[in-house]
Amino acid sequence: MADIPTDLKYATSHEWVSVEGDTATIGISDHAQEELTELVFIELPDLGCELTAGDPCAVVESVKTASDIYAPLSGKIIDTNDALDTEPGTVNDDPYGDGWFFKIRLANPQELDDLLSPDDYAEQVNI
Amino acid sequence: MEETQLKRTPLFEIHTALGARMVEFGGWEMPVLYSGISQEHLAVRQAAGLFDISHMGEFLFDGPDSLKFLNQLLTNNLAKLESGQGQYTLLCQDNGGVIDDLYAYRLGDTRYLLVVNASRLEIDWMWIKAQRNSRHKSLQLEMTNLSGNLAAMALQGPNAAGIIAGVFPAAAELLKNQITKLEFGSATVWVSRTGYTGEDGFELVVPNGHAPALWEQLMSLGQALDLLPAGLGARDTLRTEAGYSLYGHELTSDTTPIEAALGWAVALDKPSFNGQEMLAAQKQDGVSRRCIAFKMTGKSAPPRQPYKIFSADGNGREIGEVTSGTQSPSLGCGIGLGYVESDHAKSGTGIEIEIRNRRFPAQVVKRPVFQKSS
Repeated sequence: MADIPTDLKYATSHEWVSVEGDTATIGISDHAQEELTELVFIELPDLGCELTAGDPCAVVESVKTASDIYAPLSGKIIDTNDALDTEPGTVNDDPYGDGWFFKIRLANPQELDDLLSPDDYAEQVNI
Repeated sequence: MEETQLKRTPLFEIHTALGARMVEFGGWEMPVLYSGISQEHLAVRQAAGLFDISHMGEFLFDGPDSLKFLNQLLTNNLAKLESGQGQYTLLCQDNGGVIDDLYAYRLGDTRYLLVVNASRLEIDWMWIKAQRNSRHKSLQLEMTNLSGNLAAMALQGPNAAGIIAGVFPAAAELLKNQITKLEFGSATVWVSRTGYTGEDGFELVVPNGHAPALWEQLMSLGQALDLLPAGLGARDTLRTEAGYSLYGHELTSDTTPIEAALGWAVALDKPSFNGQEMLAAQKQDGVSRRCIAFKMTGKSAPPRQPYKIFSADGNGREIGEVTSGTQSPSLGCGIGLGYVESDHAKSGTGIEIEIRNRRFPAQVVKRPVFQKSS
């Protein structure tokens, strides 16, 4: 069973979001890392990059395939987890902690209402 | 493809019990991984791995003219095989385009076994039947497609011989490319010292009903020798490191064995065979593109099919395309196979791979891409 922390919000495309003030930290869910299997390479967005919700903004690669990661919210990239550059497997080991991807300064906080609650996300992944 | 249409091997229940992740491959529901691709890959390089390859096809030919018939269809020289020997070979159209690559074994005086790719099985069989009924009507031989009755597994890695000795002591004595018939309970099993991983190992062809017992026995013998069940994911990374072609990637009906750098499996000096004229001309005049192996030389995402390949000689021209690519679990860097213009095919040549609109440096290398001593 995939872990779905109750203090986060989720995108249907399997990213998680944690909000503090006008900043959102974003990563991928435990379910997503399980499905992707062992990650060997992660490409993060550039600092300062302006994203619109739904934009493909990062790429994760397992041995077998490359998959896009989408921006769950609009805003400017203000921090990226550069440790993933050398240790992409951190996402598999700790998807909600050290395996975070990037931080966004929110352009439109109302978009938070479009995200899934932990219960709704659990329903989505358990179908 | 709908899941209900997928075929299952006799080992399907074993795979699910082991927690395998199943995927569609060549019309079959096959395990892509059990514990993880890298872990299974490294087990094969350092200890041993057991693969279900029951999806592959087996054709049997028998009769006084079976050699004559097959030697006109296949590119390698089957006449060189003694009983109990096998060789890598290709089935080509008259224009030299590859229909399939396969292993041909001489089982007895006039008996031959072909082991073909799952994805090409039906096409191969139709082609061979059509050849028989058109050009070779008068020849005396019988041919049987045994694929539906036979399962197969591959036991690969440095510990493979030690494991197989526990069930088939005679198999451990086989030399590379030899095949022998052995008894497993009431069943006949064909065991060859062959594989698709670049490691020592064996391939075993067994009647469907006896496959689960043979798998379980090998797994239990392998417990003390760090044997892991291994899926198609590791099979693909292992063959890519070894530089082996895969049909649908390096080989298609639009590529020839000469372009694919498989000239060593084309016996141009034997009597006439399908594709001979074209392949001889290509060998003599050269080809405009050639299959290469390459390694990424800087930090980059893994190369994938069909990323573009560019020259690194200053003018940055597009010179080819990646046909297989992955992160090498043994080397920890991106590796791949692909086609480039022949001027760029020499090992040591610098090239660039375009990954998501950016170009990353790589180098053409000799096969195998990875060797333990290197």
